[in-house]
Amino acid sequence: MNAMTVSTELELKSFVLLRLGDRRFAVAADQTAELVAPSRVFRFPHRTPKIEGVILRRGRIVPVCDVAEKLIGKYLTSRRFYLIALRRYGPRNEWVALPVTGECELINAELTAASASDEPHVAGWLSHAGDVIEVLSLDALTPGPDEFATSPTASEPPTAQPTHRNDAEARP
Amino acid sequence: MPSPTPAKPGSLRSEQIILFRIGEQLFALSSSSVQEVRGADSLCGGATEITAPGVEKVRQFVRRGHQTLFIVNGAAHFGLSAREGVLAFVLRNTRTALLVDSIERMTAMTRLQALPLSFCHEERRWYRGLTALDQTVVPVVRPEGFLSDEELLMLDASLPPPEAWTEEEETAEERDADLGAELN
Repeated sequence: MNAMTVSTELELKSFVLLRLGDRRFAVAADQTAELVAPSRVFRFPHRTPKIEGVILRRGRIVPVCDVAEKLIGKYLTSRRFYLIALRRYGPRNEWVALPVTGECELINAELTAASASDEPHVAGWLSHAGDVIEVLSLDALTPGPDEFATSPTASEPPTAQPTHRNDAEARP
Repeated sequence: MPSPTPAKPGSLRSEQIILFRIGEQLFALSSSSVQEVRGADSLCGGATEITAPGVEKVRQFVRRGHQTLFIVNGAAHFGLSAREGVLAFVLRNTRTALLVDSIERMTAMTRLQALPLSFCHEERRWYRGLTALDQTVVPVVRPEGFLSDEELLMLDASLPPPEAWTEEEETAEERDADLGAELN
């Protein structure tokens, strides 16, 4: 019984390590979709901080959310890739593109749960290659409607309802 | 890692849209929601000044029969640093005449993607969604999103007394001529 408990506690999970400037962060691998080369960011008027615009990826329109200012205190001046991650909104998932510097790396590591004193965007910690790395909670790090949890469709336009996972499209 | 969801197959229904610019920014609007396209000078010639605190994007209104149309500066609405537009879209089933800079063209869209939930502020009222046209993403504006109920209440409360109003008079033929000239 004790052996089983230890085995469960030490279960390794997969994470994607991303780099922002000189620092590395981790995102659970099952919350990431792909790493893509920079593409044109389409900008239009809006009022949501941290959202730069959108990119087109595989026919889908994906918002670009710069999390560097929050995490490292400055905006990225050079970008090599976008990490496309899944952001949960209640029962729904949508893609969000996070600008990152450098390659990303897939690793297996043990997750240490966040403590009450950690910031909301910290989902936990992991140790890798001598570094202690923050595991990010994208739900806390990227913007979304506050009321979503209590009213899933309150802010959704009536003629453009997403129908399935990231499939936020509608026929006109 | 999760794989991206493929696009849905099936027959595509299209919607006619007008692509227009405010400053350099491109927007789309369903053509069925545009009742008239007028020169701004023509529309504003019969307009009356209005000042409503908190609704600085509206500085004039036009009285048409029993209806009051508020002339919305599109650049001010979207927070763009552009001059006041030279064209006015009178939006159907609203009390809005929207000032824009130019009409790019008319086209059709076959797919409207909901505004991603990451966008969680006023823009959710502004846009019906986004569409991709010729590898460009264009926001599709919501005609009723230019003036909220609260703004309309403030504007109504700020209307000058009726004796100060100018009633717009124009024949249907003149309006049709305006519309045709602008869309061609």
